[in-house]
Amino acid sequence: MLYAVVSLAVTGLAFGALLAFAAQRFAVPVDPRVEAIKKELPNANCGGCGFASCGALAEAIAGGRAPVDGCGVGGSPVAQKIGEIMGIGVEDKEPQVARVKCLGGKAEAEELFTYEGIRDCRAASIPQIQGGFKACTYGCLGLGSCVRVCVFGAMSMGPNSLPVVDDTKCTACGKCVAECPRSIIELVGRSRKVHVCCQNKDKGAVARKLCKVACIACKRCEKACEYDAIKVENNLASIDYSKCTNCGACAAACPPKCIIDERPSEECEVAAS
Amino acid sequence: MTYFGILIGGLLVSNFIFARFLGICPFLGVSKKLETAAGMSMAVIFVITVASMITWLFNQFILVPLGLEFLMTVSFILVIASLVQFVEMVIMKVSPVLYQALGIYLPLITTNCAVLGAAILNVRSHYGFLEAVVAGFAAACGWSLAILLFAGIRERLELSDIPEVLKGFPIALISTGLMAMSFVGFQGLFQELLH
Repeated sequence: MLYAVVSLAVTGLAFGALLAFAAQRFAVPVDPRVEAIKKELPNANCGGCGFASCGALAEAIAGGRAPVDGCGVGGSPVAQKIGEIMGIGVEDKEPQVARVKCLGGKAEAEELFTYEGIRDCRAASIPQIQGGFKACTYGCLGLGSCVRVCVFGAMSMGPNSLPVVDDTKCTACGKCVAECPRSIIELVGRSRKVHVCCQNKDKGAVARKLCKVACIACKRCEKACEYDAIKVENNLASIDYSKCTNCGACAAACPPKCIIDERPSEECEVAAS
Repeated sequence: MTYFGILIGGLLVSNFIFARFLGICPFLGVSKKLETAAGMSMAVIFVITVASMITWLFNQFILVPLGLEFLMTVSFILVIASLVQFVEMVIMKVSPVLYQALGIYLPLITTNCAVLGAAILNVRSHYGFLEAVVAGFAAACGWSLAILLFAGIRERLELSDIPEVLKGFPIALISTGLMAMSFVGFQGLFQELLH
């Protein structure tokens, strides 16, 4: 018994000493800034920055291979702190949120055929099957690749098989933006309340046949806007957010209602009157 | 010929995953992608082979002379955990590239039952030093074979239309079971070699 206790204790001590010695002998000099930056990062390891982990991003920032505001999730406050560590000033950026810019769900958009393949938007958009089962070649396929790629649980499939973003959970990491084969999702400033939710660049008459809520390039939004913030180019309206004042006049004027106005309803009524 | 038998035994006949059910946690945890499975495989092969050497020596020259074989489990855990820590430090210093490649997988193996299992099985089988090392290496290769095959299957499962209740671990465990059943086909191979 005594033998057992003593031998195990001695072995443990011996190994401990060996490890302590090895730790000193094989010490690798680490840039102290890496640790400091890593402390500031969210450490959710979401991969939104394009690096494998928060640690990898911290090393890249310290090594000058990534910008100090490289972490989209941490946003401005984190960028500021990292800027201090690195001794670089940071411009203030507005916090962002993901927006799905298509309203053509099952009820609104025509389908060319019934798709029975792999339940993934990337698989469903290959050229061998006409680039998708939707008649509109720009719209959301609704198979939820973006939902699966979101590590924050901020996305879910709505009843109309369109993805819905939960603003309280979205960190603007940009993974869904990169995942969507049709580039429907965009990161927009959180203060932005009016969005053109259509990607269709077909001519108006064609677009209308494909989807009830497609932009028909009628230019009524252009005429309604007092700030010159919305323009129709390539048969599709787009908002210049730097000029937009969230007045909602374009959304009120849009016949197919493909421009959404996210403000609380009482504000919208004021704009319409 | 014995070595060949030990190799085949570790790879196919008594595969660590499909016949001995050892190392199931990392097998399920790290098999979502082929890349991570490959990284883990490298780490496991390395650690189990080295651990087989060290534990065999430890058993032969410390436990057996002192008549302390009953401390095998405890002391082997101690040896393996220290060894992995030590290996991690050395790799960090010697080859940062390899350290990056193995990354989180090395420390994950510190207390893996597959490593301890290999060490204890070596002692139970009364292997000599070389045989023990070969057996450890074979067992680790068998484990790697299993996880690489399984990662391929899981990548396809990810894109399949699976009933909600079976998504994730349930379907993974069922698939593993089916693979284990297919590996039963190797039972009885080289019986005369494996006694």
